[in-house]
Amino acid sequence: MSSVRLLVGTRKGAFILTSDGKRERWEVGGPFFAGWEMYHLKGSPVDPNRLYASQTSGWFGQTVQRSDDGGATWTPVGNKFAYDGVAGTHQWYDGTAHPWEFKRVWHLEPSVADPDVVFAGVEDAALFRSSDGGANWEELAGLRGHGTGPRWQPGAGGMCLHTIIQDPANLERMYIAISAAGAFRTDDGGRNWKPINKGLVSNFMPDPTAEVGHCVHHVAMHRSRPEVLFMQKHWDVMRSDDGGESWQEVSGNLPTDFGFVIDVHAHQPETLYVVPIKSDSEHFPPEGKLRVYRSRTGGNEWEPLSNGLPQKDCYVNVLRDAMSVDSLDECGVYFGTTGGQVYASPDSGDHWTPIVRDLPAVLSVEAQTLA
Amino acid sequence: MKGEGGAVRAVQVILPYHLRNLAGVGAEVTLEVDAPVTVRSVLDALEARYPMLRGTIREYGTGQRRAFLRFFACEQDLSHLSPDLPLPDAVAAGREPLLIIGAIAGG
Repeated sequence: MSSVRLLVGTRKGAFILTSDGKRERWEVGGPFFAGWEMYHLKGSPVDPNRLYASQTSGWFGQTVQRSDDGGATWTPVGNKFAYDGVAGTHQWYDGTAHPWEFKRVWHLEPSVADPDVVFAGVEDAALFRSSDGGANWEELAGLRGHGTGPRWQPGAGGMCLHTIIQDPANLERMYIAISAAGAFRTDDGGRNWKPINKGLVSNFMPDPTAEVGHCVHHVAMHRSRPEVLFMQKHWDVMRSDDGGESWQEVSGNLPTDFGFVIDVHAHQPETLYVVPIKSDSEHFPPEGKLRVYRSRTGGNEWEPLSNGLPQKDCYVNVLRDAMSVDSLDECGVYFGTTGGQVYASPDSGDHWTPIVRDLPAVLSVEAQTLA
Repeated sequence: MKGEGGAVRAVQVILPYHLRNLAGVGAEVTLEVDAPVTVRSVLDALEARYPMLRGTIREYGTGQRRAFLRFFACEQDLSHLSPDLPLPDAVAAGREPLLIIGAIAGG
């Protein structure tokens, strides 16, 4: 029988939540790496027992952990993230030039083709690749070096590369996103990159439609349609039907189009999920009601999903990597909150239940569907 | 007992809690360190034996002590001294440990 494994990264450790395919009863494993900030854990699509985890600390810096047995045991692997050549500068908050400095790994994306290949999105923004299971890391320097890097600037959470999407039909093509620089695409396996931000409007910028500088929060893609991208920007939910060449706003009837997460249903590529957050000044749900919004039309028309979610006095946030879907016949949807709850819906969002209520603040949730 | 080139010393190091867990060791580790015994030579020996500690005490690239860590021995704060100064005789002789301490900060 199929089962589901959720990899949950929190401010104070990692947890692994497991259930059979009914997704009614869950086992909570952990904490792993107790006390460390676990920004992200993700399993290889090729070998689901191969997991990678970003373990970080203000005291001890960055470590990367790897498991070859589905999280039962872990081994520290390489943690040397050296920028290629002269690191150069980007814009600081006050507009001055600031040297690139490695801080942490925000996101680990295992290759869709090879379990030993994994990509790391880091702060200060850069993309690294390992081809030996995380032992050694090499920067794909064409991203920072393509020309706009000196104009990138940090968002409030730091200048992080947080989204890495591989085109499963064309391994030469990848998309990444940086806060606050925007989205970028490579068509040659990471050697050359171009900004793909046409159509984004960010009114906080001197030029609201500038080539770079947009605070992209997250991007999602359905593997069956790699040309179609969905974006939760700082403000605005956006859609591209041409591989990011152009974007159109699809915020439609959302109560607020600020938020962090966005994800796509496993079997319905026009079904999207977001969690609207009141504003960039007030990082909690509008009216104290935690609601996931679902669109079955690829955006613009949204319905609130609240069955089983707190509808009173709820002031948590849902961070950019903290939503995921499984690929069982009835798609499961999962998200974690800064209040330490992890919610599950086994029926595409119609009904929600908390798997666990009192974890540390959740940074990331990744679902694995196991045979 | 310090500064005698070529000799190998058994030096005790006490690690902070999270680095013990990362390295899979107890509170105290004993390392064989080539003389002269300095902060640098002890950390070199520590990282050679426990490679997962590379980058967690000293920054990659610069080799500088990470900002929220301090080095103590024999009731002295050695953090701001040159890492190439000989450690106290009692450390080099294995009677006193070199302590690596994490700042009491954060939540």
